[in-house]
Amino acid sequence: MGQLWEFLSFAEPNIRYVTFGSILLCSSAAVVGSFIFLKKKALVGDAVAHSVLPGVCLGFILAGNKNPILLIAGAFVTGWLSLVTIDYISARSKIKEDTAIGLILSVFFGIGILLLTYIQHSGNAAQSGLDHFLFGKAAAMVSDDVNIFGGMAFVLIIAVALLFKEFTLISFDVDFAKTIGFPVKGLELVLTTLTVFAIVAGIQAIGVVLMAAILITPAAAARFWTNNLRKMIFLAAAFGGFSGLAGAYISYIAPAMPTGPWIVMVISVIAFFSFFFAPQKGIVMKLISRRAMAHQIQEENVLKLLFQLGQEDKNYFQQRSVGDIQARRPFNTKLLLSALERLKKQGFLEKGDDRWQFTQAGQKKGARMVKLHRLWEVYLTRYLRIAPDHVHEDAETIEHIITPDLEAKLEKLLEYPVKDPHESDIPYL
Amino acid sequence: MDAFWIILTGSFVSISCGLLGSYLILRRMAMVGDAISHAVLPGIVIAFLISGQRDSITMLIGAGVLGVLTTFLIEFLHKRGNLQTDASIGVTFTWLFALGIILISAYAGQVDLDQDCVLHGEIAYVPIDLWITSTGKIIGPRAVFITGSVLIIIISFIIIGYKELFLTTFDPAFAAAIDISTAMWHYLLMGAVSLATVASFESVGAILVVALLIAPPATAYLLTEKFLFMLILTAFLGIFISVTGYYLAVSIDGSIAGAMSTIAGLLFALAFLFSPKEGIIITWLKNRIIKKELSESF
Repeated sequence: MGQLWEFLSFAEPNIRYVTFGSILLCSSAAVVGSFIFLKKKALVGDAVAHSVLPGVCLGFILAGNKNPILLIAGAFVTGWLSLVTIDYISARSKIKEDTAIGLILSVFFGIGILLLTYIQHSGNAAQSGLDHFLFGKAAAMVSDDVNIFGGMAFVLIIAVALLFKEFTLISFDVDFAKTIGFPVKGLELVLTTLTVFAIVAGIQAIGVVLMAAILITPAAAARFWTNNLRKMIFLAAAFGGFSGLAGAYISYIAPAMPTGPWIVMVISVIAFFSFFFAPQKGIVMKLISRRAMAHQIQEENVLKLLFQLGQEDKNYFQQRSVGDIQARRPFNTKLLLSALERLKKQGFLEKGDDRWQFTQAGQKKGARMVKLHRLWEVYLTRYLRIAPDHVHEDAETIEHIITPDLEAKLEKLLEYPVKDPHESDIPYL
Repeated sequence: MDAFWIILTGSFVSISCGLLGSYLILRRMAMVGDAISHAVLPGIVIAFLISGQRDSITMLIGAGVLGVLTTFLIEFLHKRGNLQTDASIGVTFTWLFALGIILISAYAGQVDLDQDCVLHGEIAYVPIDLWITSTGKIIGPRAVFITGSVLIIIISFIIIGYKELFLTTFDPAFAAAIDISTAMWHYLLMGAVSLATVASFESVGAILVVALLIAPPATAYLLTEKFLFMLILTAFLGIFISVTGYYLAVSIDGSIAGAMSTIAGLLFALAFLFSPKEGIIITWLKNRIIKKELSESF
């Protein structure tokens, strides 16, 4: 705990540099990554990230030391080259895009490893620390690096802010963008360049191997929380920034640990939490709401059926057994019993020795369901000219989702009909 | 003799990977292969921690299970979570790979693996790790036997399931119609890919194994249209890659696995440019001749 306070107080200027650098790097990568994610180019990002390694090594061989400018330039060149090659191979041969991505990713990385091992064995003392580019080491950044990489991240964020509308358009509807005269080719070029930029900037903190995660995972996580692009990008940046902070902290307390994997672990935990528990879109939340919907449909069907039986017998409050209900409609016994119990709890039914009867509220709700069903049947026959014997199925599904608002509109539109197409009475309250 | 053992191991590894890779690239699942090769890492490390040795059956099973689980997870996120395929692949394997690296760093003392080994293997150490029987007889390098048995398993898998794999790859609808379970063969294939990845792991590492999975079959794919011939060609390319890769690495004192991937990429580039049917140069020349003929005939 003491270490956490020491870290968060930013007493040491070095911690301050490294922390702000990491946050800026990760959040700017997440911002650019959001567009990559929307363009479904996640794996291309992965390929570019791996492909910067030979560039870093070549930059080092040229400079003879870890001159950040030359390393960045090298990384930029091979990152770019990999993108061009992937496009060229998939456009000019029968090789599919996924194969081209995997091929370029592994071959470029292999060349990088060959060069890296060559440098390591060459005995140049300046090479120590070059392998930090593989898995990242936030704490290894010196203030010069932070200035350069942080500056790059800053430029990225500004560029995205300025071109926000254009990027949105080419992420969602390229054809429309072309039609209204946007320079789509040029914009895609800018976006790819920014991607390579983000990757090159991030490799100090995260490393080439896992760089793709910080591009894609925050965006994927944010996508589960909102449908609004602005909100999604802010969320992605926040998730990315938080994992950058966590990574810098881990780099501080555990110098033996590479930073990249920890940053990826933090952002992945956030992402998996979102995939499962985000309201509305999360897998678990979707299951829950689907279950609730299924329950609601069962309950409403039971009420509707009891009302129909009552209408036929002219006695709405007669007690009926499970058998009576199933004689009319073959509900699954277990599901029917649980629906009946839930309806009792909600106050729509009363139970007396294994027989069930409406309460006042239950009779009202049953009447409403029957009314909605029959109103919809009238609507279909009258406005869509569907034969009366074809309308039941559709009404059976729509009756559960008609809102009171829509109900009022339907009534008005159909002028309060009294009979449905099958000559049954439509109950009004 | 050392060179022989290293090249032999390299060939076993690249043939196993290349044969399975042929199916992967034709099924458009190259990146799933990439994902599996990354994702088996935590399985390997956990099995290591449990069994305490590197050539155990536990390790093969642990990693195999994790490989198949990865494909399950990718499909689950895609189908249930509505996450697009590329992102579900990307998120899943980076997470598992990160987990593997963290485990390695955390248990550095207990696990006989390091980050370098994860990235490019240590095929150069193959001849050192000998398999010695209880009577003291030296049989040969352990890795040769492990990768050799995996190669035999994979070749038998392909021979036994040739028809099923072929049909589920090229015409899944027809395969389903004649009662071949596409799902079962899909997961069997993924299991085989995991097995090949784990067996190759020590020799070439988790990332460069992707080069061996994809590059040789992609090269062969450009050179032939017959599937059986593509498999055979892939195998020969694998052997060629290990021989030349070894000598390239020795000559510049670099990683053998890195050199093998470099050669694999180079061969692909050659096929891409000069393949008699599809090559860029050949197509360009053909187009030029046609243009000339056309302009002369007018």
